[in-house]
Parts: sequence; structure tokens; C-alpha cells
Amino acid sequence: MAWDLPLIWAGIIGIAVAMYVILDGFDLGVGILFPFARSERERDQMLTSIAPFWDGNETWLVLGGGGLLAAFPRAYAAIMPALYLPVIAMLLALVFRGITFEFRTVARHKARWDIVFAAGSTLAGFCQGVILGGLIQGIKVENGEFAGGAFDWATPFAALCGLGVVAGYALLGATWMVMKTEGDIALQARAQAKAALLAVLAFMAVVSLWTPLAFPRIFERWFSLPNFLWLWPVPIVTALVAFAAWKWLDHRADGRPFLAAVVLFLLGYLGLVISTFPYLVPPTLTIWDTAAAPDSQLFMLIGTLVLLPIILGYTGFIYWLFRGKLREGEGYH
Amino acid sequence: MELDPVLLARLQFAFTISFHIIFPSFTIGLSAYIATLEVLWGATGAERYKRLAAFWTKIFAVSFGMGVVSGIVLSYQLGTNWSRFSAVAGNVIGPLAGYEVLTAFFLEATFLGILLFGGSRVPRWLHVFSAIAVAVGTTISAFWILAANSWMHTPAGHEMRGGIAYATDWLAIIFNPSFIYRFAHMLNAAFLTTGFVVLAVGARHLLANRHAEEARTMMRMALGLTAVLAPLQLFLGDQHGLNTLEHQPIKVAAMEAHWDGSKPGDFHVFAWPDEKGERNWFEISIPRGSSLILTHDPNGLFPGLKSVPPQERPPIVPVFFAFRIMLGIGFFMIAAALYGAWLMWRGTLERTRWYLYVVANTWWVGFVAVIAGWIVTETGRQPWIVHGILRTADAVSPVPGGSIATTLALFVLVYGVVFSLGIYYINRLIAKGPEDREAPGGLGHRPLAAGHRQKAVPT
Repeated sequence: MAWDLPLIWAGIIGIAVAMYVILDGFDLGVGILFPFARSERERDQMLTSIAPFWDGNETWLVLGGGGLLAAFPRAYAAIMPALYLPVIAMLLALVFRGITFEFRTVARHKARWDIVFAAGSTLAGFCQGVILGGLIQGIKVENGEFAGGAFDWATPFAALCGLGVVAGYALLGATWMVMKTEGDIALQARAQAKAALLAVLAFMAVVSLWTPLAFPRIFERWFSLPNFLWLWPVPIVTALVAFAAWKWLDHRADGRPFLAAVVLFLLGYLGLVISTFPYLVPPTLTIWDTAAAPDSQLFMLIGTLVLLPIILGYTGFIYWLFRGKLREGEGYH
Repeated sequence: MELDPVLLARLQFAFTISFHIIFPSFTIGLSAYIATLEVLWGATGAERYKRLAAFWTKIFAVSFGMGVVSGIVLSYQLGTNWSRFSAVAGNVIGPLAGYEVLTAFFLEATFLGILLFGGSRVPRWLHVFSAIAVAVGTTISAFWILAANSWMHTPAGHEMRGGIAYATDWLAIIFNPSFIYRFAHMLNAAFLTTGFVVLAVGARHLLANRHAEEARTMMRMALGLTAVLAPLQLFLGDQHGLNTLEHQPIKVAAMEAHWDGSKPGDFHVFAWPDEKGERNWFEISIPRGSSLILTHDPNGLFPGLKSVPPQERPPIVPVFFAFRIMLGIGFFMIAAALYGAWLMWRGTLERTRWYLYVVANTWWVGFVAVIAGWIVTETGRQPWIVHGILRTADAVSPVPGGSIATTLALFVLVYGVVFSLGIYYINRLIAKGPEDREAPGGLGHRPLAAGHRQKAVPT
């Protein structure tokens, strides 16, 4: 087998995680912005804008985790125990976020579900950031197994990443609303998006400075030659995209702010990949160290190459079906 | 107090998966029922099918949501709490789980979005197609999960090297010796569970003299289904039991609390197994009953618990009693379904109030039987997590007992709240009943009065 299966799989998992972050990012983002809605009608609209999509979006998280188990079981086995408490907290937050869609519809007192939805969405986003930070910081591994403590992940850096992800999801959520709603709610979303944009840029800047200073391997990756000659455009492009996003939020463009937010996310994601590749369990285990047996990776790959385009097809279809602004009279079921 | 991580991890997994299984047990059958109703409406144009489809879809949505969020917990728990299992069995289990996501989860999730929210954006045929896609997705999901779970009971198609399982034959892995029996038994159980819920709802409305036309339709459809599937389940269960005897004889010994393999086995309707004393107390038995069922010969012999040392035996009390609970419910279902079908055939169903009262209040029997059955099979597999390959005690993650105790407590709390509310809301939807014939067409709960188009930006 001439192909580098672990590399191909790292690419696929990477894409699945990116899909998750962008797709569930905007619907978690809408939840994060829930407390800022000014009326029940506005909250109804916010929920309606994401209700058809949230389950499909969240499924990318299951693919990310399941895919990690399938393609890199030793990485899955090292990472999950290492980040035990944030992962479980995230799952519980997602429970609350997920059930709100249907429970709130049937409930007579919606206010308590509004709180649950906002809290669940925000906590889920925060935990995902903490998990990210915990990963970047590195996981203590001995004999291929997690050998660290229950709170290794609990550092200011991880908390910072948590807040950064919350800000990032808020940006995606706000720009989604700019795209899907009209009137006062859309106007408010533009203002929220600009605030979130500034926050995201601030977090990106801090993380971009912190990680090379705190982790020599990351410094080495970015600033050694010839790497630096390839990589210096990344922050420049990021700044340009952010600037474009800001301008678009001020003008008529409805869909472009969301597009810019997505690109911004992908650039941040790219930065993280650049910092950590090929370590799946930083700082010691690479994708090749943790890969499943070639036969297993191949068995999954063949099906994935057929199924993933089909999934993307019907996913694209549902977004097309619900394209454009929210329509009058559109509500639940 | 010493917190045993293995016990806590087992409790947590048992709790979260028992909670979760309730939902697919309901949604597999219900999605098929909704798809059937939608097709019938399309084919006959009869309004009652449309009203029933809309009614059950609302209930389905609440139930499916709980299933999704509790399911994702399990996919991550294999890593958080059972990382050594993931490392040992990942090459085999991983791709099966991956295929479940790719072939089933995305399908169900996406088309459910269209089914629930499509409204006027979606042509009729796409609405019906979506209902069918969701139903197909839930069944495909059951296929993969049962394949993976069955491999843990009767591993095949692999080889062990350095304590890690490597796949050698994927067809043998998926279609391992126990798979077809367990898949058939579980799938049938899901349809039966839903059947008894629909039956109960129909009966409840008939008793209240409301929504009579829809109630009659529901009971007719449910009785038609359960009258066939309940007896079938006995046959499937028997076949499953015989297969288990072949591959996991100690599990069967525990189910029967059969200690001495040198004598034929009595079927104990009741007994109290004494694990230390290696005997049973207070036996109320049918002589040679177990031998008859398992070997089709009243003098037939099958392995007893004493044929292996105590550390090779599963916990006997839970397996023994869970089996009897499941069997008892199974017989109740056969009786209820056949009697109800007979009443229906005689035309006296609606007048036989006591029968309606009984089935209206036993909507829960399928769920209890499913959980009991899963306790039998999973607890009966102990001390193995993968039979003959990896012991449960050797499969846990390196996570301190304190962390697990914390998360277990949180799961019990959160799931307790979520489940109670879910039942409460579903009950409210059921009590409300299908939309009345005279009411205006459903606009959904809260029409979004967006008013006239407004400018989105300041100019």
C-alpha cells in the first residue's frame, strides 16, 4: 500500500472537525447570543433559523470522535481520559442545548428553557475551547497511555482558549443571523458580530503570541527557516479577512460577513494545524504512532470516500432548501 | 471511602446506556410507523392518517432529541472511561462505529430536519421520503451497533497480536456468530415496544371518548402488528438463547441459575441464587424445564456455573431476575396482543373497557423488557468486556475514582431531570391528542409573524 493512510485519515478527521466547528459553531453561537435577544419573538426567530440544521451539524462531532476512534484509536484512548472532565461537561452541556429545541416548543414557561439553551450552548463552546487548549498544552503519555492527573488541562491558557472559542462561535452565530434574519434583529446581529469580531481577533492575537512563547516546539515550527518564509502570510491574510468582515458588516452585504467569519475560523484552524502537525497527542505521539491497523484504516476509507460526498450532497441540499431569509409563519413542525 | 474506578465506570456506562436504549427502542418503531402513516395518507387520501402522522411526529421529535444527546455521550464514553478497551478493540469496533455515523446518523439527522421543519418549502413527496429516510436510518444504526456489540460477545474475523485485536475478515466480524440473532431480537423488540405505546395511546383516547376515529385506527394497526410480532419474539428469543448456549454457556447458566451441569436443569420460575454458597434458595421450579428449552430433551445436560471458577462467572442475581422480568413481560405481550386482536375480530374491542384500561396503563412494558434483556446480555457477559479476550476490569481508563464519581452523579442528576421532563412533555402531547377534524390546518405552535420586509441595514 503506497498511500500514507494515516496522513489521508488525518486529513479526513481534520476536515470533519473543521466542518463541525463551523456548522455547530453557528448554532452554538446563536445560543450564546440568546441572552441578548430583546423579546420572545426574537428568540423564536433565532431558534427557527437553526432548528432544521442543529442535529445534522452536531453529527459532525460524532464523526470527529468516532472517526478518531476508528482511525487513531491510540490517540482517542490517550486524549479522552486526559480531558475527562471538560469532555463530560461538554456532553452534558450539549444534552441541555439539544433538548431545548423540542422541550421549549411544548413547554408553557419558555423563559427557563431560554436560560438552559444559552447556558448549554455557552458551556459547550467553552469546554470545546478548554479541550483545544488542553490538547495544545500537551498530554502526558507513558507506555502509549495517558499518565497524567485529573486537572492537567486546568490552566489559564485553556480558559483563554475556552473564551476564544465562545467569542468565535458568537461571531459565527451573529453573522448567521445577519444572513437569515431581517429588521431589528438583523441590525442588532451586525453590532454583535462586530463586537465578537474584535474579541476573536484579540484572542487570536494572544494565543498566537502565547503559544510560541510558552511552547518551544511551536516557536520552532513558526519562526525557524525556511518555515517562516512560508508562514508569515497567515497572520496577514487573517487581518485582511477580518478587515473585510468589518466593512461588510457596515454595508448591505448579508451573506458575506458569514463567509468571512468562516474563512477567519479556517485560518485560525490552519494556524493550529501548523503548530501541532503531525502530533495528534502533543507533544509525543504522531498520527503514525497512533494510527489504527492499515487494514482497518483502508476498510473505513473505502466507504468514507463513497459516503462523504453523499452526505455533503444531502447536507448541501437541506441548506439550499432552507435558503434565504426566515419566512413569515415559519415555526415548529 | 475507597472509590473503585472499575465499579464506578461500569455503573456510569450501565446507567447512561440504559437511559439511551429507551429512545432507539421507541424511535426505530415510531419512525417506521410515521413513514407508514405518511404513505397511507398519500395512497388513500384519508385525513385520519395525516392527523395521526402529525400527532406522532411531534412526539417523535421530543423522543429523538433525547436519543441523540444521550447517544453522543456513549460514543465519547468509550474513550473517556474505557480507553483500554478502545486501544485493544479499536481496530475492529472503530470502523463499525464510523460506518454507523456515516450511513445512519447523518441520514436521520438531516432528513429529520426536513420532516419537522420543511412545512411549505417542501413538496409532499419529499416529506414522505424524509419520513422513510429517517426510519431507514434508525434501522441501519441498529445494524451497526448490534454488529459491534455482538462482536464483543462472539468475537470473530480477527487475530490477537501483542494484546491488540487486528481485523482479518470484515464479513466475519460484522456477521459474527451471534449477530443475526441479536439484531433480529432487538429490532423486533423495538417494533413491539412502539406497538404497545401506540396501543396504549389508542386505548387511552377510546376510554376518554375522544378522537375516536384516530384511536380506532391506532389500535387496529397496533394490534395487527403486535399480534404477529409478540409470538415471533418468543421464537427469536429462543433461537437467540440456543445460540448463546453454544457460544457463551456460562451466561445461560447464570440466566437459569443452573449450578450443576451433571444433572438436567429445572426451570426456576423463582429462586434466590446464592453466589457464595453456589446454590439456590426458595426454588419454585418446573422440573427439567430448562433442559427441555435449551436442549429439547428433558434429560439433556448443559454446562453449570460450577464448571468454571467464581471469577469466570457473571453476577448471577441481576442476570437471573432480569431474564425472568423480560420473559414475564414477553408472555404478557403475547396474551395482550392476541386477546386484543381476537376482541377486534369479534367487534367487541371498544366495549371491553377492562381490556382498554389494562393496555392503556401498560405502555411502558416494552421499555422495561428491553432494559431487562440488555441487562441479561451485557451483565451476563461479565467478567469479559470482549468475551475471551479482554476483561472488563482491565479495560477502564486511567481516571481517578473521584472524577468518575463526580461525573456519575452529574449524569444521574441531568438525565433524571431531562427524562422526567421528557415524559411530562410527551404525556402532555398525548393527552392533547391528534388535531381535531374541525380545527384549522396546523400552522405549528407559534407562527412567526415577521411582518413586512424591513431594511436589514441602515442607509
